[in-house]
Amino acid sequence: MKVIVNGETMKTRARNLDDLVAALGFTDAKIATAINGDFVPATAREETRLSENDAIEIVTPRQGG
Amino acid sequence: MTLKFYETEIGARLLIGTALYPSPQILADAVKASGSQLVTVSVRREAARERAGQGFWEIIKTLDVHVLPNTAGCKTVKEAVTTAHMARELFETDWVKLEVIANDDTLQPEVFGLVEAARILNGDGFKVFPYMTEDLGVAEKLVSAGCEVLMPWGAPIGSGQGLANPMALKTMRAYFPDIPLVVDAGIGAPSHAARAMEMGYDAILLNTAIAKAGDPVKMGRAFAQAIEAGRLAYESGLMEPRDMASPSTPVAGTPFFNIDSA
Repeated sequence: MKVIVNGETMKTRARNLDDLVAALGFTDAKIATAINGDFVPATAREETRLSENDAIEIVTPRQGG
Repeated sequence: MTLKFYETEIGARLLIGTALYPSPQILADAVKASGSQLVTVSVRREAARERAGQGFWEIIKTLDVHVLPNTAGCKTVKEAVTTAHMARELFETDWVKLEVIANDDTLQPEVFGLVEAARILNGDGFKVFPYMTEDLGVAEKLVSAGCEVLMPWGAPIGSGQGLANPMALKTMRAYFPDIPLVVDAGIGAPSHAARAMEMGYDAILLNTAIAKAGDPVKMGRAFAQAIEAGRLAYESGLMEPRDMASPSTPVAGTPFFNIDSA
């Protein structure tokens, strides 16, 4: 199915957010996630099913003012 | 009197942003040289191959300072609230520097969204540090929404203009004598920071003025000293300015003094 990860459209076979994060190589990375503008805690990624055209944000610590 | 944010004591009145430094090492050295105990950070999209966030986080951990994540770049309540939640999980802190931005040119706070987002986040258990204008009505609404710190701008973010509206900042200090007030943004020189501290502000939050200095490490020290000087001056009680001269050297006993020509 087609999803949008950090603004980029891609195809994935992942059924839930946890699978997608793993497929993208983020398993042991320090990240936080959101789907369609709503925060998804790390503990809820596995139960969060993906749907066609979901917009997913995967973020990490960064410099800030 | 020690500085406290939400019951947590902070050992220095200079709060520093972590962006725009020439290198991670200079960032770390500048923070150490400044004596700052609190730095701001952000969350941004990660590319799996780069792992840029991991490296940055390792540097921040070595500094052993408080971390205040921001919601920089957010333009809506929903963006800010979701960003705050992602930051809380990443940085393991319920502190958030809440930014809801109205306009790209001025980066001025969108105060209606700010108040609404502050109310939501306080309800979600966050300790909100709102980046705001110096408007007293907005300030009162933020306090009603649960904010125990207020952070009015000095001037637009990154402008280095100093205190654009000192009278409003002075009024705000007088109006909220018991709430920690931080001048956040627009500070360009140590003298700007000292002036805000002399007015009784509790702390200064800045980024660009140190990060973009020719020597950020030395500038970190300069700001620390200016802020300490300003604070000492405030605690000491500044003299009232007056319009006319008044001699400081005793008049009595002046040689060649003649009462008729006085």
